[in-house]
Amino acid sequence: MSRPKHSVRDPAVVKWILIVVVVVFCAVFLLLPLVNVFAQAFALGWSHYVKALADHDTQSAIRMTLLVAGISVPLNVIFGLAGSWALAKFQFRGKAFLLTLIDLPFSISPVVGGLLFVLAFGAHGLLGGWLEAHHVKIIFALPGMVLATIFVTFPFVVRELIPIMEAQGTDQEEAALVLGASGWQTFWGVTLPSVKWGLLYGIILCNARAMGEFGAVSVVSGHIAGQTDTLPLRVEKLYNEFDPAAPFAVASLLGILALVTLGVKTFLEWKSAGER
Amino acid sequence: MPSGHSPVSGRELNGRRFNPLPGLSITLGFTVFYLSVIVLFPIAVLLLRSAEVSPKKLWDAAFDAQALTAYGFSLWSSLAAASINLVFGSVMAWVLVRYTFPGRRILDGLVDFPFALPTAVAGLTLANLFSEHGWLGRYLTPLGFHGAYSRLGVVIALTFVGLPFSVRTLQPVLEHFDHAVEEAAASLGAGRLRTFVFIIAPTLLPTALTGFGLAFARALGEYGSIVFISGNLPSTQIAPMLIVTRLDEYDYAGAMAVALALMVLSFALLYLLNRLQQWSANFQQS
Repeated sequence: MSRPKHSVRDPAVVKWILIVVVVVFCAVFLLLPLVNVFAQAFALGWSHYVKALADHDTQSAIRMTLLVAGISVPLNVIFGLAGSWALAKFQFRGKAFLLTLIDLPFSISPVVGGLLFVLAFGAHGLLGGWLEAHHVKIIFALPGMVLATIFVTFPFVVRELIPIMEAQGTDQEEAALVLGASGWQTFWGVTLPSVKWGLLYGIILCNARAMGEFGAVSVVSGHIAGQTDTLPLRVEKLYNEFDPAAPFAVASLLGILALVTLGVKTFLEWKSAGER
Repeated sequence: MPSGHSPVSGRELNGRRFNPLPGLSITLGFTVFYLSVIVLFPIAVLLLRSAEVSPKKLWDAAFDAQALTAYGFSLWSSLAAASINLVFGSVMAWVLVRYTFPGRRILDGLVDFPFALPTAVAGLTLANLFSEHGWLGRYLTPLGFHGAYSRLGVVIALTFVGLPFSVRTLQPVLEHFDHAVEEAAASLGAGRLRTFVFIIAPTLLPTALTGFGLAFARALGEYGSIVFISGNLPSTQIAPMLIVTRLDEYDYAGAMAVALALMVLSFALLYLLNRLQQWSANFQQS
């Protein structure tokens, strides 16, 4: 081989300088912040850590986070499956408009998202008077927090499913229908298994965002300790109380969430690449 | 999304597509209902409520000195963060796609970390790292680098939050980059630097700019991390923080005005991004 190989490849010096730059950048900018969360959480010792987590208001924040995510993620999954079925398997007018609407939360600040619900359902909101007369509390309560969370997280599942369903087309479903399967049987037996990794991928990202959302939930929650604080809101409250370790102890739970999310995500990518 | 070839199979029947799959009406109905409740209704309420306020009052609240400072700093810090991401994100994507070295897979997984970590935690830990007694701040603060409770801190947090966007946008395009083009340039006598500057970089530019736009849009709306790292100073106030401040003062008209201005800005950006993506798609085909 007499071809001058070196000129299609980067010089080794360049290669290794770039690798070192990237590795150092990632270590300082991505890894160090994570390590710092746990280091600060345990800075005052194990017992202080346990005490911070056992705190009544923190326990309530854990329950609230699980509750909000536990309601909004399944709703987004139902929406994701229905939406991707309609948008990927059929052609109709106004489809592009619906897709734009689905992407909207990505371009609206979460704070604005929260504000929208305050304007609609808050005490001074459009429906505020009516809701108060009927003793329905949405803002500064669970329903508002679920709505705000759904607002920022609903594109995750449907956006993950649409390209997968589009790529698969409708041939398999048509075959199942011709062979006598009902619509539901076709969906459960044919469609769902073929999108399962993509669906799980969407769910895990949606869940991470739902549990970690700050801006939108902060606006609608009212910050009532022991009632409407979620874990991220609890972190802020503890931070303002100037206990150096407690906010990091609570943050470490969210750090673990991030690590689990990354782990499952990597597993799913590996799994779906293997089946392709 | 709408692409030239439709992946939906179906036979032409009297000029209309015949699709034998069931469930369109119920799934589409639910989709429209869900989107109406979550997106359309709230936005309609915002427009309705802002129509109740006199345009003059709305305009004044949207563009008073405090608001203008906030937009200015929002734009400036988001632009700075997106630019840093453009540079480091591109280098990172290049390294991850083109080179094999020990630990590459771990690094690749780490790129998504800012995406998985709640922004409040990111703000909390970055503020601590760069504060006077933090692991980085104790060395950097004496050098005059104040990475926490400062304008610089806001840029750091926004860079952290936006990093995955620039890397992940560029990565697939780099993976599918045609090596034959590079080989042609090389065999015609171009050196590596020349090939990169005149062949590779121009081809990647539209995609890199798309990633830049995504990181910029994300930074414009960011709030969670900024609460922790900005130190709540007048000079570090970004537009989303101003909305919350006004809401806390029960100044609904003022909050709405800023929200509307921010939304118009985001939509303009979204429109530009779409145009850019079209341009980039055409660019890659030709």
